[in-house]
Amino acid sequence: MEILKTYKLYIGGQFPRTESGRSYLVESPDGKAIANACLASKKDVRNAVQVARKAQSSWAAKTAFNKGQILYRIAEVFEGRKAQLIEEMCSLGASIQEASQEVQIAIDRCVYYAGWADKYQALSSSVNPVASSHFNFSVPEPMGVVGIVACQETALSGLVSQMLPIIAGGNSVVLLANSKKPLCAITLGEVLATSDVPGGVVNILTGNVAEMLPTLAGHMDVNALCLAKLPTELMVSAQESAIDNLKRCIIQTQDFSEASAQGMQYITDFQEIKTTWHPIEQLAGGMGGY
Amino acid sequence: MQPNTSLTDFSVLLNSVAPVDQIGSLERIAKIQTRSLKGPAKLQGLRMALSMIDLTTLEGKDTPGKVRQMCYKAQHLHDQADGLPTVAAVCVFPTMVGVAKAALAHTAIKVAAVSTAFPAGQAPFEVKKLDTLHAVEHGADEIDMVISRGRFLAGDYNFVFDEIAAIKELCGSARLKVIFETGELDSLDQVKRVSTLAIAAGADFIKTSTGKIQPAATFPVVLTMLTAIKDHYDKTGQMIGMKPAGGISSAKIALQHLLLVKEVLGEAWLNNEWYRFGASSLANDLLMQYQKQLTGKYQSASYFSID
Repeated sequence: MEILKTYKLYIGGQFPRTESGRSYLVESPDGKAIANACLASKKDVRNAVQVARKAQSSWAAKTAFNKGQILYRIAEVFEGRKAQLIEEMCSLGASIQEASQEVQIAIDRCVYYAGWADKYQALSSSVNPVASSHFNFSVPEPMGVVGIVACQETALSGLVSQMLPIIAGGNSVVLLANSKKPLCAITLGEVLATSDVPGGVVNILTGNVAEMLPTLAGHMDVNALCLAKLPTELMVSAQESAIDNLKRCIIQTQDFSEASAQGMQYITDFQEIKTTWHPIEQLAGGMGGY
Repeated sequence: MQPNTSLTDFSVLLNSVAPVDQIGSLERIAKIQTRSLKGPAKLQGLRMALSMIDLTTLEGKDTPGKVRQMCYKAQHLHDQADGLPTVAAVCVFPTMVGVAKAALAHTAIKVAAVSTAFPAGQAPFEVKKLDTLHAVEHGADEIDMVISRGRFLAGDYNFVFDEIAAIKELCGSARLKVIFETGELDSLDQVKRVSTLAIAAGADFIKTSTGKIQPAATFPVVLTMLTAIKDHYDKTGQMIGMKPAGGISSAKIALQHLLLVKEVLGEAWLNNEWYRFGASSLANDLLMQYQKQLTGKYQSASYFSID
């Protein structure tokens, strides 16, 4: 007997059903029923943000090296799930070749950002020349909880390319999956749950983006938004809702299959720069400096 | 004031305490937990819960500065929002009563002091007496005493009764809250028994826990204590206050507690004269939910003062 898999949400390291009890049918392009997925609600968004907030500080406090190791571990676990991911993409209309390519991109991105995890800090920090008796330096700090609306065209490569630099930088994430192709997003949850990423660092919701986004964008405890290409109306209203707590909104429209869709700037997009003025003694006759 | 009961009546009373119907309690609670307050009723509930808080700091590292800061918060919960009440009281150690009293002069906010060698209660009676007197002399409006759980569990009910009655006498006009530390009492029957005992000995309020031990104010325990209060009220017409403390940190749970009180005891108890929440971090969650109701947006702790 064939048992169809139930795709649930990924919140706080667990796989709960939506609190609303709703689901929707995921269909292939030719209209065949593939799976039932959760139609997450506003309250699921709230719950996800709550656990993301709780998880963020201890995730950020892990050493940069350790975060890199964990990102690398994601790549390893991905490798073992290749067949499943390809099958899921093919069931939703991708060719085997396209699907394999997407999975390969996802895995490569993990390795790429694993490398960056302990390097972007040095490259985006500076010691600043100031005209007073201070040692003045700037360092990047994670923004906190970041809301992501996943790329609505790709099933996997987009959302992985969006998510990795954000968590590599010590943020936690609430991710709204591609509405039409949510399967790989939840499988990504399974990958994360078994790859040493602490529960709550990444939370994945499936459902209607237009329904969930206003809540996420208006949530005062979300510090930034990473938006993929969306209908203009939705994009504008999200940015308007984001005004109250001055959320940073980054709109990503790049082609996620390109090599240019990765880079340190995607990490620093979600960093705040903290500048410290540390008083120092000016030594008589000494050179200015530190 | 005299104890509510004489000693002979008291042993008859304790023997008459019926066992608690645990399954029934759980069902009753489950029913209440499925209810959800919405709209104006929720706003009213949140304001009410705020007005019932005993804002608490009971740590070894408490300083006068910390207590003053908390007293400020007690008066100014969230100045950006209009129409908010103040909390009912602040709850501190006896050594901090003077500081709190001074900080809250000319306000209606009461000062409660924990007493009788809080939280363990393991001290000679002389020490407990001095502890209480110190608080009363510095102007405490309410005394939160702990019972001797060891003696109670050993069946030495007279000792516990006498201790409560003696402290009650020292309180003068201050109201006495008796803390059971239900997390150490093991069964609901024991909770019912100790509630009956404390009420008989002169408690003005009965209180679940010190906040130092888990589990603390669980719903079955609170329901059991409310039932004891109701039994006493039905028999004598005298109202006794209730204070759940420990572990109530979300608005949702606080509102469910209010529903439970309304259901068991009725509206007469729905004010801070007769009902309190002992909490240190509940206030901000209530405030955040209150703002959420007003603005429609989920809130962040970053925009509320530290409590």
